[in-house]
Amino acid sequence: MTPFDNAQGRPRDFPVIFDFSVPGRVGSSYPNPDVPDTPLEQLIPASQLRKEPAALPEVSELDVVRHYTRLSHRNFSIDEGFYPLGSCTMKYNPKIHEDAARLAGFARLHPYAPAEGAQGALRLICELEELLAEISGMDRVTFQPAAGAHGELTGLLMIRAYFETRGERRTKVIVPDSAHGTNPATAAMVGYQVVTVKSDARGNMDVRALREAMDGSVAAIMLTNPNTLGLFEEPILDVEEIVHRAGGQLYLDGANFNAVLGVTRPGDQGFDVMHMNLHKTFTTPHGGGGPGAGAVGVKAHLAPFLPVPVIERDGERFRLDDQRPQSIGKIRAFYGNFGNLVRAYAYIRSMGADGLRQVAETAVLNANYLLARLRSRFDLPYDRLCKHEFVLSGARQKRQHGVATRDMAKRILDYGFHAPTIYFPLIVEEAIMIEPTETESKRTLDEFADAMLAIAREAQDDPEVVKTAPHSTPVKRLDEVRAARQPDLRWKPR
Amino acid sequence: MYPKDLRYSSEHEWVRVEGGRVRVGITRFAADRLTDVVFVELPAAGAKVTFMQPFGVVESVKAVSDLYAPLSGTVVEVNPALVDSPEVVNSDPYGKGWMIVVQPDDLRELERLMPVDQYVVAIGEAAP
Repeated sequence: MTPFDNAQGRPRDFPVIFDFSVPGRVGSSYPNPDVPDTPLEQLIPASQLRKEPAALPEVSELDVVRHYTRLSHRNFSIDEGFYPLGSCTMKYNPKIHEDAARLAGFARLHPYAPAEGAQGALRLICELEELLAEISGMDRVTFQPAAGAHGELTGLLMIRAYFETRGERRTKVIVPDSAHGTNPATAAMVGYQVVTVKSDARGNMDVRALREAMDGSVAAIMLTNPNTLGLFEEPILDVEEIVHRAGGQLYLDGANFNAVLGVTRPGDQGFDVMHMNLHKTFTTPHGGGGPGAGAVGVKAHLAPFLPVPVIERDGERFRLDDQRPQSIGKIRAFYGNFGNLVRAYAYIRSMGADGLRQVAETAVLNANYLLARLRSRFDLPYDRLCKHEFVLSGARQKRQHGVATRDMAKRILDYGFHAPTIYFPLIVEEAIMIEPTETESKRTLDEFADAMLAIAREAQDDPEVVKTAPHSTPVKRLDEVRAARQPDLRWKPR
Repeated sequence: MYPKDLRYSSEHEWVRVEGGRVRVGITRFAADRLTDVVFVELPAAGAKVTFMQPFGVVESVKAVSDLYAPLSGTVVEVNPALVDSPEVVNSDPYGKGWMIVVQPDDLRELERLMPVDQYVVAIGEAAP
């Protein structure tokens, strides 16, 4: 079948690879073997053989290449346009990192290569650990977690193991109401009861509420700093004192680490564990599902619980250490997403200490510039100097013109930008969360601000054009409600 | 929008007294804020619920939120219609969109909930 229905090239449908299938078509053909053929039944037990052949698509290599290349054209990426998705740090990923990750000595290294044959890779991991420990103020770092939420799980498992070793039974984890949804989910998964503490009028964690919630049954508090409102938690030192005095641990969700690189260190603020999203702060690829890398840093008292193996340096030699009896065990095959560690290492080395500080300063400057340009036309529930991102509210547009934040987010696609994060954090009505990152020019920021202001005007003068957006994308407004209520997740033969 | 014969919690649940039992759902305000509800997770009949502790989860296309028990007691009935038609939470929050019926431990706990005039002020839909 052909995927386009007319000369304008408008997609007729969204064919899946199976729709291109023709019986007998193959991607490659091999010469007949010059050794005797062994029947499958002799190689594999009958109980493990299929009764019927799998319904795989029968397509040529070119069919496959064209289909997926076409799909990729419908994607939106940071290489194509501005991507101000709040809390996700969609910064540009420099291409030189791809060169580094593709060096044959890294890319073609066999995962089962013995340590003696992988000294370069182990040295890179070890040096990256030392660099991130210095940047974060932590003592040790593991790179096994595959993403941020996986890092949270690893961190809380270590905290649980720490209390078990001490014979302490603690049952609760505190999270603020502005937290990423993964925080309470992680705590629940590790078996803790989640206690939510509200934010105060300035957008900080409410210290009085924390004091009331904190006692000897609380294992940890999970905090994001700057928090998801893009605001630095001003009472962080009070929080540290309250939690540590009651014997609890401080976990930092490092999703927003980009805002404070080289300026302040979570370890110095008293955090015991933190995860760092290498795919946010340290420019490893992001979006499109990863793979990510959620490095986890810990203070020395938690180091015995790190996942195995840990890489140890003996002078100029590097070895994998599996002999750690208190370790929480293995949480990922091999050593995490190694290619991304190479990219993060290349980034840190090319930026240097001063460069990393400049990253944070420019990210904060860009966010405050955008905020200053937008604040007159949108509500701003927490009016403070922001860090790397800020949260507006579309409540005014909804109340006055019936235009919801979702409508404005759809409309921004028509202007050629990715939409900001919307309806998060949950404590802001009709939330619009914007994170420009440091890699955008003033010109791009201005173009985006102009578009947002134009949409605010449209909401007032021509609300229908916003409510029915997007108008220029391959598909119009998707039926999210039907997709959630009647999910159709799997291709079935007709 | 907010029936006068109900009591309301700060977490936007409503309570209707029916004899010695109470029926529980979420308010129009909560349903509107959530937008289209796509999934409701409720406890089984016989489960214990505790005042202002989560008893279930409501999920919309926008957010996943806990449901908080407005009274302590035992669940005696669960709305079976919400499994296939969660949208009634939006279309009829005080009627077909009810969630659970609770046998309260102590009906006097109702005093800790708000009457309608206080609730509409709390959500900013009436002057204090």
